[in-house]
Amino acid sequence: MTSLLELSGISKSFDGFQAINNLSLQIGEPELRAVIGPNGAGKTTFMDIITGKTKPDTGTILFGDDNRSLIGMSESDIASLGIGRKFQKPTVFEAQTVRENLAMALKNPRGPFSVLFYRKTKDGAARLDSIAEEINLTDHLQRPAGELSHGQKQWLEIGMLLAQSPRLLLVDEPAAGMTAHEREHTTDILKRAAQTCAVIVVEHDMEFVRRLNCKVTVLHEGSVLAEGSLDHVTKNPTVIDVYLGRTDAGH
Amino acid sequence: MEKRTTFIGRNPSVLYFLVALGLFTALVTVMSEATGAGLISTSFVKTLGKTLCLCLIAIAMDVVWGYCGILSLGHFAFFGIGGYAIGMWLMYARTEIIVADSLAGQVIPPTPQEISDAIGNQIFGVVGSSDFPLLWAFADHLWIQLAMVVLVPGLLALVFGWLAFRSRVTGVYLSILTQAMTLALSLYLFQNDSGLRGNNGLSGLQNIPGFEDSGQDVVSVAFFLASAAALALGYLLFAWITDSKLGNIIEAIRDDEARVRFLGYHVESYKLFVFTITAIVAGIAGALYYPQAGIINPAEIAPIASIYLAVWVAIGGRGRLYGAVIGAALVSLLSSWFTGGGAPNIDLGVYTIQWVDWWLVLLGLTFVLVTLFAPKGIGGLFDKLVRKS
Amino acid sequence: MVRLFLSMLGLLVSVGTATAQDLQSVLQTHADEIAKPSRGSVSVALDDMQALGLPQVPVFLEAWSDRSVWQAEDNGLFFIGEKDGDTLALRDVDTGAQSTADAGGFTQIRPNGGVRRVIGAALVQFQLSDPDPARRQAALDTIARRGDASQLAPLAASLTGEEDPALYARKQQLITFLTARFGDTPEARIAAIESLAKDTSVEARAVLSQVLATTSGVSTQAPEANIAAILDPMEDRAAFYAELVDAGLAPAIVPAGDIRAALAANIEEGRVAGIPVAQLSDPAIRAEAYRTLAQDGIVPPLVTDDDIDVALRSVVFFDAYVEDDTAITQAARATLDAVETRVGIAQTVDLSLDALSLASIYFLAAIGLAITFGQMGVINMAHGEFIMMGAYTGYVVQLVVPDYTVSLIIALPLAFAVTFGAGVAMERLVIRHLYHRPLETLLATFGISIALQQIAKNIFGTQARPLTSPDWLSGALVISDNIQISYIRIAIFVLALVFLALLMFILKRTRLGLEVRAVTQNPGMAASMGINPDRVNMMTFGLGSGIAGVAGVGIGLYAQVTSEMGANYIVQSFMTVVVGGVGSVFGTLAGAGLIGFLQKGIEWLNPSNTLAAQTYMILFIILFIQFRPKGIVAPKGRAAAD
Repeated sequence: MTSLLELSGISKSFDGFQAINNLSLQIGEPELRAVIGPNGAGKTTFMDIITGKTKPDTGTILFGDDNRSLIGMSESDIASLGIGRKFQKPTVFEAQTVRENLAMALKNPRGPFSVLFYRKTKDGAARLDSIAEEINLTDHLQRPAGELSHGQKQWLEIGMLLAQSPRLLLVDEPAAGMTAHEREHTTDILKRAAQTCAVIVVEHDMEFVRRLNCKVTVLHEGSVLAEGSLDHVTKNPTVIDVYLGRTDAGH
Repeated sequence: MEKRTTFIGRNPSVLYFLVALGLFTALVTVMSEATGAGLISTSFVKTLGKTLCLCLIAIAMDVVWGYCGILSLGHFAFFGIGGYAIGMWLMYARTEIIVADSLAGQVIPPTPQEISDAIGNQIFGVVGSSDFPLLWAFADHLWIQLAMVVLVPGLLALVFGWLAFRSRVTGVYLSILTQAMTLALSLYLFQNDSGLRGNNGLSGLQNIPGFEDSGQDVVSVAFFLASAAALALGYLLFAWITDSKLGNIIEAIRDDEARVRFLGYHVESYKLFVFTITAIVAGIAGALYYPQAGIINPAEIAPIASIYLAVWVAIGGRGRLYGAVIGAALVSLLSSWFTGGGAPNIDLGVYTIQWVDWWLVLLGLTFVLVTLFAPKGIGGLFDKLVRKS
Repeated sequence: MVRLFLSMLGLLVSVGTATAQDLQSVLQTHADEIAKPSRGSVSVALDDMQALGLPQVPVFLEAWSDRSVWQAEDNGLFFIGEKDGDTLALRDVDTGAQSTADAGGFTQIRPNGGVRRVIGAALVQFQLSDPDPARRQAALDTIARRGDASQLAPLAASLTGEEDPALYARKQQLITFLTARFGDTPEARIAAIESLAKDTSVEARAVLSQVLATTSGVSTQAPEANIAAILDPMEDRAAFYAELVDAGLAPAIVPAGDIRAALAANIEEGRVAGIPVAQLSDPAIRAEAYRTLAQDGIVPPLVTDDDIDVALRSVVFFDAYVEDDTAITQAARATLDAVETRVGIAQTVDLSLDALSLASIYFLAAIGLAITFGQMGVINMAHGEFIMMGAYTGYVVQLVVPDYTVSLIIALPLAFAVTFGAGVAMERLVIRHLYHRPLETLLATFGISIALQQIAKNIFGTQARPLTSPDWLSGALVISDNIQISYIRIAIFVLALVFLALLMFILKRTRLGLEVRAVTQNPGMAASMGINPDRVNMMTFGLGSGIAGVAGVGIGLYAQVTSEMGANYIVQSFMTVVVGGVGSVFGTLAGAGLIGFLQKGIEWLNPSNTLAAQTYMILFIILFIQFRPKGIVAPKGRAAAD
């Protein structure tokens, strides 16, 4: 397992509020990693920084085999390198069909002119159909995405991530608002994806994390509090103190 | 899975539109004074031709706003630039002919310098100058001026769009910025030393050099046909663009720009592409419009014109090309009907509503109502009818 | 005027006083010198008259100098007279008693130019020592207008008796001016010139310019004069060559029209000088044909460009000082430079005041917009029409209430009320249905804007309506010749300050302000805490609109009220808000300041063209937004990162 993404010494503050504080983290390829932490631990900012939405004050982010620095790159360039992101709220293009949503995400040249003159290929169609099957939406390909249920939108968004053929997947609370059955399926999708690429899942739901059965990183006040298996970190007294106790009470 | 695979199959409205436009064009041509039928006056043929040009810029506006979500309040500036570019040649070439005629009577044949001075005097006398500004360097070359119809709006849109999109100016900020650009341009043109005759603008554009022998009845039909052809081509172009995968991307940008960025698309390039190509089409529409109008002056470019453009598209229905055509045609024709005194005044006893005065009030309020209650415009009603049947 | 005044005053005084020694008797003593005056002899008579110290003396002197004094041929008495046909209207030189007589018995006294100058100087001396300060002031004004060397001595003499401190200072100043121009010795003049270094008044600069007056000249050799500058004729060849032609040093250029006419006049059998007419459209051939004609002496010779260059290079063009003494011109030049630096500073201050008042106007126009746009995210394109509505409210109030001060006091709150109501109505009816659709709000409010504009046009017509300011607001505060600012602009500045303070108070210190900020930051949370966002939005919108109305009254006082006045401010107002930074009162202030100063600055660089100034300003703003998309005072916090 080689290191795909390496964050070191990342700090970011907003008007004196230290959102991320000297954070260092490594993700291998392939790997499935769960990131947990109480509200305000910096989980979303952490993702914002990797995907280029927020510029860190200090620190380095290196990605890929040639250790490219991601700092200063635009969101779209970072995404083109193979980093896909799913947002907390499902964000799909509701006016367009499921097929169109997936087609837009398919790994293809991204320039305006290549897109303008783009013609459908057999390979592309096949890949699209297999992803649709994976996310259980084969029967809904022609429907506008806005008509889908909440869980289906979540899947569609995960499907769009898969269609990007990414090397690193950042998934923010994928199970939020899903039924137990849907969660199970989501777990399977993520686990399968993690066989070929790195997947980082930010999640509140401990049961979901347990089912992922992977290495867990606990964030607290913008830095790593503990790292290891779920059993390992849940036994850590500091973690119990700052996070688990409160979350149990809160949820 | 995918049943409708051909372009027309996916976009039946394109076919309907082209057929309707073709029939309309044929009908008007046959009934015009040029064929001797004379059922439609030459001036009304011009009005219809101008309306077609307005429809062309309206579909451009629809693509940039209705599809891509950029509410540009500057596209009429590109329209005006197109008009000025062709107007310079029309005015120069025609003045050259007039000057040549008047100098021909002289005993001593004129030198090139004398001819050029006389033309300069004719054109720039109204702003107290007789020298040709640098802007007019190619005014005697039709082909270069025609190229400028496309290049100047295109380059301006490219530079302006690049500046605005790269610094992520979006939404209402961008609208205001485009409005500012339009205001700056019209203020510049209002200056006497702008090289474009200040607020006099360019005039006499309806006289096409080389076609002095053809009457306005023939010229008007020629421009009407050209406008119809341009509208048809523009409609096809934009229908093709919006039908392509690029169409999906720009609609996605309209709905959630940030998400598109995280899919790896360089959103700025797409916006720039749409902004520039629609600006070019707007320039072409302007180049066809002003020879029919006969005169262009800076007031035409004022920010208000671009806002009216948005009004047309909104009333017609955003996000559908035929909606923009309906809106532009309906509102601009109604507008000339009301303000031209065509509409009967309403006598309320104590007060007579004169539409010349009250039309803008009606339009403004209608527009508010459309925005509130029919955000999809007339095109939206159309869609409902189609879905019911 | 002055003269009339003087003579009337003289009459009044002379009627009352009958002194032992009257003017007529002195005149009779010097009857010969008065009747046939010469420069040498007249001064004795003048001294005696002066010694009288009577008020009628200057009246007489003036009449004398004006050739309105007549001498009776029979008894030799002098009268002030005016000829009307054959009759003379006569006035007694002492009593002013009026009578008429046949002109035949009188001789008009006609002093020559030299004598009149002497009389004038004496007259000035009289006036300068006149007991009435107004007359002394009038005399000083005359000197300031038309200074000459002869006034210097009397002015200096009158200084000792002067008791009025203002007049004393003025006299001293005029002495300096006159000394600088006409002083006896170069040293005195240079000292006077150098003492002007701190005087930035237009008068002082005029004096220095007069000392530095030049005449332009042209010479074939190096000129012998106090040279101000050697000119380069290549900078404006046509003008300099015309000067050469005027000086008779070069032949005149033959205009193209004359060439053509000359050629046309010499056509023989379709040829001119052997060249076929058809070829004459080529400039070179045409010149050749003309040259041939010129060689035959038929037409004046052709002056080519090369000829002009040679002629211009062979001579020296220069500006020479009228003043020969280089020491004096150098001193004056140095002093004038120093003065102009000071004037430049003063003008900068003046320009800054102008910019400040423009910024106040932009601030007033934009602040209401900043509230609705910044706090609610609502673009109100009808904001300009609310400004117009406020201005028309002021106009209507003035129609009803004729007293301008009272009407202004009524108009300000009324305009607020009217536009507050309009704003609330608009929020209720339209905007609340369009929250979270900002582009559509823009369009809907634009629809309202065109409707309102047209309604105003239908009611009030297209011509501009006056909004007259009260008397105490007319005029300007004059700080110096170069720094002045009209009271209206000061009032607008004060109004802007008042609004700034009021808004800061409302937003920071009142319940409404707290609620506005709460709703802006988190509407859901605010609602759960019992704040009604609907009401807050309505009040905020009303407040923003009401301020627009008051701004309208302010703007109407200084600009004209038309139905389109709002549209003229709307783009600038948006610019102000955007440049300043959305959502901040101080941002708007900064934006208004930047735009106001920028516009004045550009206007100063290119004063003839305010349109160009606006064009460049907008271009600047477009570029500015590239570098600071969030404006000068950028919104802070995590929200800003979105």
